[in-house]
Amino acid sequence: METIGNTFPPISTGKVVPLAPLTWRERVRGLRRAIWKHRAIYLLMALPLLYFLVFKYWPLWNTQIAFKDFKPTLGVEASPLIGFKHFATFFKSYYFGQLLGNTLIFSVAKLILGMPLAVILALAIYESSFRFLRKVTQTMAYLPHFLSWVIIYGVLLALLSPGSGMINEMIKAGGGQPIAFLTSPNWFRTVVIGSDIWKETGWSTIIYLAALLSIDPLLFEAAAVDGASRLQRIRHISLPGIASVIVVVTLLRLGNILDAGFGQIFVLYSLPVYSVGDIIDTWVYRQGILEFQFSLATAVGLFKGLIGLTLIFFSNKIAKRLTGSGIY
Amino acid sequence: MLRFKSWDEFGFQILVNGFLLTVLLLVVIPLWRVIMMSVTPIGHIDNGSFGMWIAPNQWSFEAFQQLLTHPNFLRSLGNSVFIAAVGTSINLLLTVPLAYALSIPTLPGRKLFIGFILFTFLFNPGLVPVYLVVTKLGLRDSFAAVILPTAISVYNTLVMKSFFEGLPEDLKEAARIDGASELQVLAKVILPLSRPIILTIGMFYAVSHWNEFFAPILYLDNAQLMPLPVLLRNILMSAGVNEYLEYDAFSSAPIEAIKAAGVLLTMLPMVALYPWIQRYFTKGTLSGAVKQ
Repeated sequence: METIGNTFPPISTGKVVPLAPLTWRERVRGLRRAIWKHRAIYLLMALPLLYFLVFKYWPLWNTQIAFKDFKPTLGVEASPLIGFKHFATFFKSYYFGQLLGNTLIFSVAKLILGMPLAVILALAIYESSFRFLRKVTQTMAYLPHFLSWVIIYGVLLALLSPGSGMINEMIKAGGGQPIAFLTSPNWFRTVVIGSDIWKETGWSTIIYLAALLSIDPLLFEAAAVDGASRLQRIRHISLPGIASVIVVVTLLRLGNILDAGFGQIFVLYSLPVYSVGDIIDTWVYRQGILEFQFSLATAVGLFKGLIGLTLIFFSNKIAKRLTGSGIY
Repeated sequence: MLRFKSWDEFGFQILVNGFLLTVLLLVVIPLWRVIMMSVTPIGHIDNGSFGMWIAPNQWSFEAFQQLLTHPNFLRSLGNSVFIAAVGTSINLLLTVPLAYALSIPTLPGRKLFIGFILFTFLFNPGLVPVYLVVTKLGLRDSFAAVILPTAISVYNTLVMKSFFEGLPEDLKEAARIDGASELQVLAKVILPLSRPIILTIGMFYAVSHWNEFFAPILYLDNAQLMPLPVLLRNILMSAGVNEYLEYDAFSSAPIEAIKAAGVLLTMLPMVALYPWIQRYFTKGTLSGAVKQ
């Protein structure tokens, strides 16, 4: 019985490799036995799976209100169906372009500016022969990743507030007028992108460092013997060695391009900078929760979710095709 | 001291370490500035150092004292500790069994279950549908609303699953041949070997609970339940007299010092845990993220 249970293939792989052809009846019996044998495991999974049903699949069912005129008193199912009206409202509205534009600006800028910096920092950490500086920088650069955006908002105030921020004190000492960086439409995007780079660059070096450490050191030695300079070694060994990781990370970031950083913007933005700072997610929150436009906000959330699903599906496919790695 | 093989190497090291030093300063200076602000007493006139240095005789820990003795601050601290402790326990009690189950290659329906949870990772229908569920379940204004909707992270589950899969198959097989059930294999073989991954994932969960900001704003209307990050945001947004903390007066500490001290006190558990977190930044933990 033990052997049957262990050699019987899992049902869904489709790769049945029996020693002798099994009849349909034998297969069902084997499957039944395998299921019975794992009954304790299914019990173990019951609660976790219930979590997904309640907090992931029930919301999925609720997305039907995107096509309905949802009334809380009527409930999700009984609210009248109105088709694609909410989607049309959103696409035709003036804020559609603005929200999509802001969302893309933030996520593309964070990617284009943050990624090369992370690669350069990883290379610098890898190449430095000054162990102490290397370790201290690495440790400190990882730290901001673990700080919440509220804390970083506090740090930003210490630097940027017009009254007592360090940068503004410098501007004032130089004879200039203080700048309200966090509430000025001219500066808000810079603050958002800069603070994201400050928070995440260190942490994102980890994956590149792991890739650098897995390059065969013999390659570097051979290149050194052949007289390659340090920069030549980086260009011809290190960078090609981590290229596949760079490609995977970039593709997966592109797959999440509509996630511009809700947690960050939600903490940092304010009414004066809505025009340059409002992204799809913050708008969904305001319309859906604060303005009670449940159906409209759900339609926009669904639109974003479907684009996200499509993008991540294809970027994962491309990543796997190009490098053999993906997230699933 | 360092020895270099050539001038090329020397120049290269100057470049590389100069860059590292710049990065280090860019990270440290803002944090240092916050520390200095938190100990600035009222009426302190800046001496042209841009708040980077304070004469030793002018230090004051008044701001920390004010916060640490204020009932609202202490209540929020308690709320945050509760959310982090209970939330992380629930996270692990659900994630470990799920990850273990999905790591058993012979489990009938394994791929189906993986697909079931992976889909929720790839498709996010947005805020409102979940909000409606939490409201319908009557969880609003309870910590359950903050803890339960994020009880399992798919990402963490998959990382843990690939760790379990990487454990030597021989050990599990030996236990099974000795007549151990799958549950006994989990308890006697897997768990004792999995301390590092459970601690790592547990700490990632704990960090995200500690930093939780949006869910409390979304679901908790009762000010009594306010966790630390929400209180901190209110302190940071208040100008001058702190209406949110309902202070009668901030007599002896300037509001800037109170804000900076609030930032530091909220950071403190993260910084204290950090050496432990860092110890487990092993390659294994992270490479689980990108499947080879």
